[in-house]
Amino acid sequence: MSNFMPMLYAFWDSDITYSFRKSRVAVISALVLLAMFLTAIFAPSLAPQNPFDIAELDLFDSELPPFWVEGGSTAYLLGTDTQARDVLSSIMHGMRISLLVGFASVILAAVMGVTLGLLGGFLGGIVDAVLMRIADVLLSFPPILVALLINGVLRGALPSSAQAESALIVLILSIGLTNWVQYARTVRGSTMVERRKEYIEAARTLGTGKVAIMMKHILPNVLGPVLVIATINLGMAVLTEATLSFLGVGMPPTQPSLGTLIQIGNEFLFSGIWWVVVFPAAALAILVLAVNLLGDWLRDALNPKLR
Amino acid sequence: MTPQIAPDDILSVQNISKRFDVSEPFLNRVLERRPRRILTAVNDISFDVPRGKTFAVVGESGCGKSTVARLLMGLHTPSAGAIRFEGTDITHMPPGNPPELRRRMQMIFQDPYASLNPRWRVRDIIGEPLKNFGICKTRAEVTREVEKLLSQVGLIPADAKKFPHEFSGGQRQRLSIARALTTRPELLICDEPTSALDVSVQSQILNLMKDLQDEFNMSYIFISHDLAVVWYMADVLAVMYLGKIVEVGPKEQIFENPQHPYTRLLMETVPKLTVGGTERAPVAGEVPNPISPPPGCSFHPRCPLANDTCRSVAPALNLRAGGQKSACHAADEGRLPAWLRLAAE
Repeated sequence: MSNFMPMLYAFWDSDITYSFRKSRVAVISALVLLAMFLTAIFAPSLAPQNPFDIAELDLFDSELPPFWVEGGSTAYLLGTDTQARDVLSSIMHGMRISLLVGFASVILAAVMGVTLGLLGGFLGGIVDAVLMRIADVLLSFPPILVALLINGVLRGALPSSAQAESALIVLILSIGLTNWVQYARTVRGSTMVERRKEYIEAARTLGTGKVAIMMKHILPNVLGPVLVIATINLGMAVLTEATLSFLGVGMPPTQPSLGTLIQIGNEFLFSGIWWVVVFPAAALAILVLAVNLLGDWLRDALNPKLR
Repeated sequence: MTPQIAPDDILSVQNISKRFDVSEPFLNRVLERRPRRILTAVNDISFDVPRGKTFAVVGESGCGKSTVARLLMGLHTPSAGAIRFEGTDITHMPPGNPPELRRRMQMIFQDPYASLNPRWRVRDIIGEPLKNFGICKTRAEVTREVEKLLSQVGLIPADAKKFPHEFSGGQRQRLSIARALTTRPELLICDEPTSALDVSVQSQILNLMKDLQDEFNMSYIFISHDLAVVWYMADVLAVMYLGKIVEVGPKEQIFENPQHPYTRLLMETVPKLTVGGTERAPVAGEVPNPISPPPGCSFHPRCPLANDTCRSVAPALNLRAGGQKSACHAADEGRLPAWLRLAAE
């Protein structure tokens, strides 16, 4: 622990933190994201109501507007829906699911893409050719179509009784399996550059095995861009999840994500109950905007040519 | 052919060639009716490296010097020929194998900025072979050994915690040398170790290498394009041109009485600091394309002495009066004029 303080200071003093402190956009979006993450993580204890517990719902309170509108109540800050569920609590729980799907699918896509890109770039030949042709095929369709396709196949493979419980896993898989291509291409490109460098030849002459060269030498040198792609992709993944849920193939209404909430709310939009759809949509927009702004900053901060 | 290895040769190379296939992709070739293109980087060369001495290889860019080094280390597999390390055939051994043999030969690379992993600390860079070859078992042993090696190459033990970008080019080359020394090699292959360095730093590195050679009784294969560096380092010198050795022998002999027109051309190009214009033979032409080398002697398009034999028959490497061998029809036929210029200094 004796060198913990100097390490902390070195981190605070490094280029990347300096650039972070200098960028007001980055600081604000990081704070917004942090607040949203904390809200999502602690939703069960923070939310004023548990919208999934029927015992807590009181149908007399259904369709209440937000508290500042006439007829609203401070017990339900953002109003309630037709089932008397508190919109704020629903958003908190929905964000939890949206972020869970987002993070899990980004991690899945990144691990898969980095592994395949590393293998293709390092081994070359037939492995590389096959992987890259698959990637080309995936890239030639709009990602939402690919996600829908994978989603449909996975749902078809499951018995209908298991579909509600497995919706989360199916969503993560279909978004993750759609997005790995970007990581694979980037990592493959940098791997092909790195593997020709002399330090790789040096490692080979020093008796380092192929796996060790890939994992210990090449991997750390190709991870920089992956971090940027992962950040920007988090926003994309949350949006894709919302789109799938909005289209009715994502999370079921019993475990609503932000997308499901928007879908449910959309049905009542023209009956004047605007708050049920507007607030989840606003939460989604703010979340994705913050992620993307942070990703943009990270991309510029890690790009030595823009320093 | 039975290998004839003198007991004092550490490495023996027999008739190795390396051909690279640089053809376009299959489909393009078929559609555009282009032939296969084969680049012969190393063409049937043989040499022996005497133990404890420095065997230098000199030649222009693209003549195959670095390919020879990579062939010896197993980074490329020869297309033909055999490489023997103390009598053991290592021609088709992958790099790092067999460990007990490969650890006795190590390599220093040309570019000190590319040959060290930028994300690794010095301790891990130098410690890598220590772990791979099982020289050090514990972390403490590795640290101790790394610090010892760092002081041997003129750095300080505290440098072990730094990253490569915190060092200058010369210091990085010292790190490269330290890494090569970890396994106590008997043969060190140096691929232009000083060509990326300033002249003043070059001499420091060369002196360090000489000192280490004496201290550990190592043999060097020293690859360079710089004749001044070669003069300082070499015991035995081989001159390469377009994948072939055109002249090989004791350094003094080659510098004092070169027996190949190409060697003479190289000697002429060393600038001298004497005032006044010395007469210099004009250098004609460029190095030909190694994909389609000229027939006969590959040097004939640039050679002032070329005749019809040179244009059709490849010369053999024959022993000359001074003790070196050279591959030249003019020397065979006694057409080579006397060499007037004095040795490099």
